[in-house]
Amino acid sequence: MTETLVRIDGVTKRFLENGTPAVEALTAQIKSGQVTGLVGPDGAGKTTLLRLIAGLLLIDDGTLRVCGFDPKTHAAPLHRVVAYMPQRFGLYEDMSVIENLELYADLRSVIGTERDEAFARLLSFTGLESFTGRLAGALSGGMKQKLGLACALIKRPRLLLLDEPSVGVDPLSRRELWRLVYELVDQDIGVVWSTAYLDEAERCASVLLLSEGKALYQGPPQALTRSLEGRTFQVRNISGERRAVLARALERPAVIDGVIQGRSVRLVVGKGGVAPAPGDIGAGPEAVIAAVPPRFEDAFMDLLGGGPRGRSPFADAYASREHPIDSVVEAQDLTRRFGTFTAADGIHFRVKRGEIFGLIGPNGAGKSTIFKMLCGLLRPTSGTARVVGLDLAKAPSEARARLGYMAQKFSLYGDLSVRQNLEFFAGVYGLGGRRRRDALKRMVETFALGPHLDVDASTLPLGFKQRLALACAVMHDPDVLFLDEPTSGVDPRTRREFWSHINAMVANGVTVMVTTHFLDEAEYCDRTALVYRGRIIATGAPDDLKERARGAGRSDPTLEDAFIALVEADDRESLA
Amino acid sequence: MWRRILALITKELLASVRDRQTRWVVLFSPPFLLLIYAFAITQEVTNVSMAVLNQDLGREARELVSRFEGAETFERIHYLTGVAEIAPAIESQDVIMVLHLGPDFSRRIAAGERAEVQLLLDGRRTNAAQILLGYATRIVARFNETLSKGGARPPTRVITRAWFNPNAEPLWSAVPALFAVLTAMVGFMVSALAVARERELGTFEQLLVSPLQPVEILVGKTVPALLIALTSASAMLALGWVVLDVPLRGSLIGLFAGMTVYLAAIIGIGLFISSLASTQQQAVIGLLLYLVPAVLLSGYATPVENMPDWLQWLSTINPITHFIAICKGVFLRAVPAEVILRHIWPMALIATTTLSAGTWLFRRRTT
Repeated sequence: MTETLVRIDGVTKRFLENGTPAVEALTAQIKSGQVTGLVGPDGAGKTTLLRLIAGLLLIDDGTLRVCGFDPKTHAAPLHRVVAYMPQRFGLYEDMSVIENLELYADLRSVIGTERDEAFARLLSFTGLESFTGRLAGALSGGMKQKLGLACALIKRPRLLLLDEPSVGVDPLSRRELWRLVYELVDQDIGVVWSTAYLDEAERCASVLLLSEGKALYQGPPQALTRSLEGRTFQVRNISGERRAVLARALERPAVIDGVIQGRSVRLVVGKGGVAPAPGDIGAGPEAVIAAVPPRFEDAFMDLLGGGPRGRSPFADAYASREHPIDSVVEAQDLTRRFGTFTAADGIHFRVKRGEIFGLIGPNGAGKSTIFKMLCGLLRPTSGTARVVGLDLAKAPSEARARLGYMAQKFSLYGDLSVRQNLEFFAGVYGLGGRRRRDALKRMVETFALGPHLDVDASTLPLGFKQRLALACAVMHDPDVLFLDEPTSGVDPRTRREFWSHINAMVANGVTVMVTTHFLDEAEYCDRTALVYRGRIIATGAPDDLKERARGAGRSDPTLEDAFIALVEADDRESLA
Repeated sequence: MWRRILALITKELLASVRDRQTRWVVLFSPPFLLLIYAFAITQEVTNVSMAVLNQDLGREARELVSRFEGAETFERIHYLTGVAEIAPAIESQDVIMVLHLGPDFSRRIAAGERAEVQLLLDGRRTNAAQILLGYATRIVARFNETLSKGGARPPTRVITRAWFNPNAEPLWSAVPALFAVLTAMVGFMVSALAVARERELGTFEQLLVSPLQPVEILVGKTVPALLIALTSASAMLALGWVVLDVPLRGSLIGLFAGMTVYLAAIIGIGLFISSLASTQQQAVIGLLLYLVPAVLLSGYATPVENMPDWLQWLSTINPITHFIAICKGVFLRAVPAEVILRHIWPMALIATTTLSAGTWLFRRRTT
């Protein structure tokens, strides 16, 4: 039997007086015995809403009832029935697993036999029995989340609030977490799972889709996805450049959204629209267009009014390049040890000009170690890393002048204006005089930064921050672009815009290296290397990796399925 | 290469001016602190009581006692009748100082012999006691002077304590040392946070993947820190001059030359700490670990000459010691150039060492 645990009625919360509200006139309900997905990109208001429900923040307007209590007047009884797991675990990293549990038990006054029972139950539930003595800081991301979950569950709550539990957790542990949460739901606990990954919405019984503090949709995810039935297609067997096919498709008025999926292109058409014929978008003679089931993300994009359209201004602004050297990034037997721990072991690969190469793998597997060695942030213990034929150990400055780098948390100087940021990076890359003026002008025009030039970078909206970061990274016309988790947590619209720029640059001969644990991003790659325990356990196009996971009861495996299958196979091999 | 460094310097300066917090911490708060500290650490002693035990009935003894009675410093003067009363008077903290004249004081003076005055001070109140000792010795000295005019050979005693501070104007005596310490603080703040903050924000990696070389980054961090600290120090200097009326008798050029070398040494240490730290918090803690002993060993609070030998040696490799010496020299007396130079060269050595150590560690930590 389900009861309504949380009633949200016209709730508004703003952090600055007269500022934009973090949550605006929101009305929603959360029920017991099911997982409610709180879905939306970073900055949509997910954490604010969770903290309002947990009684950690107070609402400005509207009414809020949590398990029958008003958080304003009845905070204490509310805290007894609501458990909240914050984004950063809330664990004490210098204490062991059991000490963390003991602390939370003390805080919740769980003592005597109740305590022993709770510990036994939670440790077997989370599979942490054999790790009780280990320091929380030494656990993997997935295990930390499980411990965080155990701490939140010391006293059986009626409502469990999880703030982005799947961030920093590899696909394997993510499945495990979902299994645990489903078990809780069977015990009639209400669970709120907040996430920026739209694919997780499909696992929830009910979804509250947030965008800029407002609810775009509330209800079962399937109901929303179903509304797009008959409007989603995949163009397969493309001969020629699939990125160009996507760009051409997006120029057609009927197409409202499109993304690259391995070798294919996925398209969404508007209501009553017709899919374009493969010939019309230059997909080649063998290409076919097939209807595919819609995804939650397609529906989200439809609600937002479709993705960015047309051509990236980069397609014209970026000069196409000729270069004699064909192997642009080269890893030769790269090894890096930290003490006795080998973070990267004999890594070997080449990336061709105009290729998008992705390093994927669980957290701590070594992908960022490899990535850092290739862009000169980390010195290899042995082996060589080359960029455009230049050895990073011998000519670091020259090699670095040829590469552009964009970090996950757009590394901009927030106190400087947009113009000052651009000028700084122009100076750092040694651009002067005419070249500098031209580069600045080109970036401002390409990314439409003109109206924002004198605004502090920290106050820019997210989409513009991303544009500015990309502008700073490519102002000096690099041959290679290194992207470190470029669009994780970013809303799908901004992500599409970003990749449209990248695709346009690649078409002009720029090479791109990406590291990501976000498998949607990996779909954009021409080739990926799956890194696990410091080694590359598989290399190939995303579609080839998926192919390897086919069979074993899966007819149409996703990249995530492939990832899990390959990692498990490797585990079995190392055991044998 | 120069274009890259220039871009970095411009960025650093812009960021410091545009960030309200930095602007406050670095440019406005040091002069403000100087004012507060200067008034708080004023070394004036007023409203204290003393006692007199005069066992001599002679004219000279009465004369000396009346001079103490005339001094404004002492609010009340108690008169004791026997040696047995001295200890209780001090123990009860009724008085901080006892002046004891023996029965043969006047007779010895009349005979042209060496007469003795005993001063007993409350050692628990070290600071006040030392200052009072200064006052008292001066009163005795004046008394000596009048006596010697009469022809008798005076029982001489050299008083140095307030020599360069002739009016015993207490407000300034603290300023030179304070100025040196606050200047160091600014230099540390700017340099120690410089790298750590970027590391925390993630912008540091962005710098490291650019063609900038470690040395260039270091120069690009040192120069703006130096400029900012010099600006802040100049503001303090102006404030000391205008508001606190510190005399500034020596050469300003000498002071600024010393200050530049001093700041280079400080910034080198700051960058060293900054390269070690991965967050601003760690940098600040590292800074305190260095700053507190360095200030204590600099002669800021207690004279270096009173320290054990090994600590004295340690204080010679402390840039703060040298700069305090320069400041005292330039502020309070017109010290000759070679004295300034004598303190500049050790600081230059320290600066060379710390900046190279900073560069070395920086290189190691960044690749």
